[in-house]
Amino acid sequence: MNNIQKNRLKDQLFKIWGIGCTLFALILLIFFIGDILIDGIMRIDWGFITDLPSRKAEKSGIYTALIGSIWILLLTTAIAFPVGVAAGVYLEEYSNKNKLSAILEINISNLAGVPSIIYGLLGLEVFVRIMGLGASVLAGSLTLSLLILPIIIVATREAIKAVPKSIKDASYALGASKWQTIWNQVLPASSGGILTGVILALSRAVGETAPLIVVGALAYVPFAPESPMDEFSVLPIQIFNWISRPQHGFIENAAAAIIILLLITFIMNGVAVYFRNKWQKKLK
Amino acid sequence: METATEQVPLDKIIDSSLKKKAKIEVKDVKVWYDDFNAIKGIDMNIKPNTVTAFIGPSGCGKSTFLRLFNRMNDYVEGFKMEGKIKVSDNNIYKKKVNVEELRKEIGMVFQKPNPFPKSIFENVAYGLKIQGITDKKLIEERVVDCLKQVALWDEVKDDLNKSAMALSGGQQQRLCIARTLAVQPSIILMDEPTSALDPISTAKVEELIFKLKEKYTIVIVTHNMQQASRISDYTAFFYLGELIEYGKTKTIFTNPEKQQTENYITGRFG
Repeated sequence: MNNIQKNRLKDQLFKIWGIGCTLFALILLIFFIGDILIDGIMRIDWGFITDLPSRKAEKSGIYTALIGSIWILLLTTAIAFPVGVAAGVYLEEYSNKNKLSAILEINISNLAGVPSIIYGLLGLEVFVRIMGLGASVLAGSLTLSLLILPIIIVATREAIKAVPKSIKDASYALGASKWQTIWNQVLPASSGGILTGVILALSRAVGETAPLIVVGALAYVPFAPESPMDEFSVLPIQIFNWISRPQHGFIENAAAAIIILLLITFIMNGVAVYFRNKWQKKLK
Repeated sequence: METATEQVPLDKIIDSSLKKKAKIEVKDVKVWYDDFNAIKGIDMNIKPNTVTAFIGPSGCGKSTFLRLFNRMNDYVEGFKMEGKIKVSDNNIYKKKVNVEELRKEIGMVFQKPNPFPKSIFENVAYGLKIQGITDKKLIEERVVDCLKQVALWDEVKDDLNKSAMALSGGQQQRLCIARTLAVQPSIILMDEPTSALDPISTAKVEELIFKLKEKYTIVIVTHNMQQASRISDYTAFFYLGELIEYGKTKTIFTNPEKQQTENYITGRFG
């Protein structure tokens, strides 16, 4: 076998290995989703979504948890989006490139890797106890905001970095100030990338359980939250609670709730992909 | 007084700014990037309403020198400058100078066409909008006027709302020139404006430069000797951060004083 044939063989082997790995992950996912669908799809009806929780599995619904999740999602967006994007813009466009900014940079990347339960403990101490917010939707949202801020900041910076320098130059050369250049050119050109990052971060937040349990979200709340200061539950906690029950009916409920949760994250990811594609087309 | 300025008719505003003549005076300018001495003491006077070409091999400092005039080097890390540059008798490196105002006076066209990823109309209107001009009629008139000045109007008049990214490279570059004109500068700096264009587009841009000379002072960096000799009135030859020779283009190209200049323009080095 000469060199060319050897290289071809290596090429083929690597290709097969790659296909194998991809299929392995895909099959596991399909198996998991299929299993959940078989268990839960029959349980989903309008009543399941609008019913309050109950001790009886067949009467139980996800209304309180779903509304709780929506509250958490909206509040977390309202807090994390402006703060994260502003921090990203500052770090990328304004901060001097010195030691301090290098340290900040490394630590923000590190924060993205901190286990979520640690954020829960921080939230419990700072928001629930010191700020006296109690086990409220607001305390939960603030905690989740902390959790996803690093992801949003990093995504914002990457998106801003991808804006061609020539566009900024053109704006400056026409007499635009720094802020005008950022607002009129940099942010619109990077908005797709920023939105993608924000949505992916939020879809992570909506699936988080551990930090909210630590903050004090309840597995059972009799009513849906009506203000940021109310007690709340969220879908993942509801699922966790149902799975730990012995009756088979609750297992069905859990599967059905998982389908709803998956649907929410799939839709959010779909929107993120849409924005990314649109953005890439625009810059070309 | 304020109401009085608002009532000046449109054509007056456009006219008055077209009559300004700007000269540039450079006195003993030195530039460093960290430890690298990019410009080693240059004196130069650029006359109003002329085209001045900067030529020289890559890395000779001509682009750096050009970017001093609208302070685009300010963003480069490690940039340091000594000396004086006066534009119409004002030192532009004084502390008080408002850099944004300066850049409205001194426009710039870049090497690679760099339109904003927006519509053709928005591209030309951008410079006006950031000045806070909201008068739609004025903006529209200025956009049309500038597109006509760069001879792009007939090609794009039906799709002003189309993305500028869909234009050809040559059209994009002319759009970038129109965008610069819209701000009504007195000086236009061009950094190898045709190096990314095909010969036909290049010819169009050159023709345009020749026409713009009546109203603007133009400084152009070019790697193309023929271009320099075709369009410029004065030529400056740079080498290793120094101004080797500067004079009337005719003299430089037919009878240069320095051996180095002759070697470069005849293609023996560089």
